[in-house]
Amino acid sequence: MAEITYRDAVIRGIAQEMERDKDVVFLGEDVAKAGGVFKATVGLYEQFGPLRVRDTPISEQAIMGAAMGAAMTGLKPIAEIMFSDFFAVCFDYIANEFPKSRYMSNGQTKCPLVVRTGNGAGSRFGAQHSQSVENWCMMIPGLKVVAPSSPRDVIGLLAAAVRDPDPVIFFEHKSLYATKGEVPDGEIVDTLGTAKVLRPGKDATILALALMVPRALQAAEQLQAEHGIDCEVVDVRSLVPLDMQTILGSVAKTHRLFTVEENPRLCGWGAEIVSIVADEAFYDLDGPPVRITTPHIPLPAADNLEDIVLPTPARIVETVRRSLNS
Amino acid sequence: MATAKDRAQAQAGSGLNDDIGEAKRLDLYRLQVVIREAEQRAYDLFLQNLVKGTSHLSLGQEAIAAGFAGAMKPGDLSFCTYRGHAHTLARGVPVEKVLGELMQRDNGLMRGKGGSMHLTSEEHGVMGSYAIIGAHLPIACGAAWRAQYKGDKDVSVCFFGDGTTNIGAFHEALNFAAVWKLPVVFVCENNLYMEYTPISDVTAVPHPAADRASAYGLERIIVDGNDADAVYRIAQTAFDKARAGDGPSLIECLTYRHSGHSRADPGKYRPEGELERWKERDPIKIYKERLLQFGVSEKTIANIDAEVRKVVDDATEACKAAPLPPIDILTTDVYADGGWAWRN
Repeated sequence: MAEITYRDAVIRGIAQEMERDKDVVFLGEDVAKAGGVFKATVGLYEQFGPLRVRDTPISEQAIMGAAMGAAMTGLKPIAEIMFSDFFAVCFDYIANEFPKSRYMSNGQTKCPLVVRTGNGAGSRFGAQHSQSVENWCMMIPGLKVVAPSSPRDVIGLLAAAVRDPDPVIFFEHKSLYATKGEVPDGEIVDTLGTAKVLRPGKDATILALALMVPRALQAAEQLQAEHGIDCEVVDVRSLVPLDMQTILGSVAKTHRLFTVEENPRLCGWGAEIVSIVADEAFYDLDGPPVRITTPHIPLPAADNLEDIVLPTPARIVETVRRSLNS
Repeated sequence: MATAKDRAQAQAGSGLNDDIGEAKRLDLYRLQVVIREAEQRAYDLFLQNLVKGTSHLSLGQEAIAAGFAGAMKPGDLSFCTYRGHAHTLARGVPVEKVLGELMQRDNGLMRGKGGSMHLTSEEHGVMGSYAIIGAHLPIACGAAWRAQYKGDKDVSVCFFGDGTTNIGAFHEALNFAAVWKLPVVFVCENNLYMEYTPISDVTAVPHPAADRASAYGLERIIVDGNDADAVYRIAQTAFDKARAGDGPSLIECLTYRHSGHSRADPGKYRPEGELERWKERDPIKIYKERLLQFGVSEKTIANIDAEVRKVVDDATEACKAAPLPPIDILTTDVYADGGWAWRN
């Protein structure tokens, strides 16, 4: 066991897979000699050399296309898109190429690649470098979508993503890079499509993803201590595949559902989950499901403004308390 | 322009058994006739409402597909556009499989799941036909990167139209391939029109691909795309360079499509007489004349024509008799486990 940062977990996760399999290669902007703009790939170039860890021009389409061509023909590329906002300039690969080639070719074409990207707000970068765009990817058939919240999950889910035969979009949260967590020694391999109950509880289920997970946990402690409300916190971890059994099981136990989403409200991941719960577990619910999200606005840059728009522990506490008392 | 010079060279060479040779020439002729007959049949079947959706034909552009495929080795990879029937057929994919896909029948190359614009046959090295302009240039780079990384000797060959030279992915891919020195050959089929608009109306330079080559440190290469010998020779040169580790090439092939952009386009935007002038330079006509000039008998040529016609006729009948794809393939192969499950 060792305590490491989320940032170092990314390095360890990539290194673990590159050591295991020579077909794993890594490309992106500033990822090699500079060690990544978030310092999340430091040392990989030195460890694995210039043939396997490669700097690219600022050409997101070339990065994505090259990853796909390499994946189709036998490599297992990890591509980095520095900020997830930049998906918008290479979205053809995410929406049209990675996820549809297998289907359109009637199973001939494979696409085993991972796109890692820095997602989410909290760095005061403004509206084009702060978005949570996991829902852009969740809606596309053929992709898998993962967003870890802890160093241990970073390593385990990254390993699972690299070993997965499908294209996986791997969202790292920029505001989690400096956070720390306990990580066991040795190889870690997790399973895609599994949610995790991080805090058992009986009064309400709170679903969260990435940066919203520590906030949900903090809110749950406060709800217990100050209001006697015992919340179950579930880290969704994987949006596709989606572990609905864990979520439905939790709702069956607590009878109340809250989602904590960093994405803007419309078509956020929680909307789909709430609709499934309404379809399949309506009579398990003792009250309406409630979505706690960023409002439907572009993200502002200023400290005080950005802090207000993201769901905070205080907002979660207040929303759950009022909802359960009404 | 290299056109006249190449033609002169081809004809001034020692004849049938020059560097290309009789067997290869008959092969190149046959490939062009297969494409011509199959594309013409696709058009006829469309008029009978048996080819559904859309289709983008390569009538008039056969020499490019034949010349490049003729120079490829097994294991070399083709990346095509939605105008990709020709390149797919040229790698040896059976006519029935292609027509079946155009007719969206169960005997089609992808059992009707892809359609005319996405022909793929990995066993023949046809790594897909891409319908988003420019998307496959970076993808071809990736396949070439794999070859470079693994020490494989195959070349990735990426075909696209003149319109592609004005999209970002073209420029990203060219720079990327040049910087990484990848074994990829970019082939621009300049048929003078981006869909309905003359390419010269929307492009800053006269030669949309070749005039951009120098920006990426590449040689300016223009070839007569209606002369299969010229195409074959330039392909060999580019492939040799790629296999030697000397990086990518960008080749602009001058040609003309005899039909409109797609099935819905009668091509009325073309000036009077232009099509007729280009038909004088029909690649199959040119090649037939050359074969005769080199001493191949009328009978040999007629036999090839008849044999190809029979293949296309038989394929047509087989496709007409083939069932529609079964409903149960609707949800197969979304994910690698064969299914479509996104939740438990």
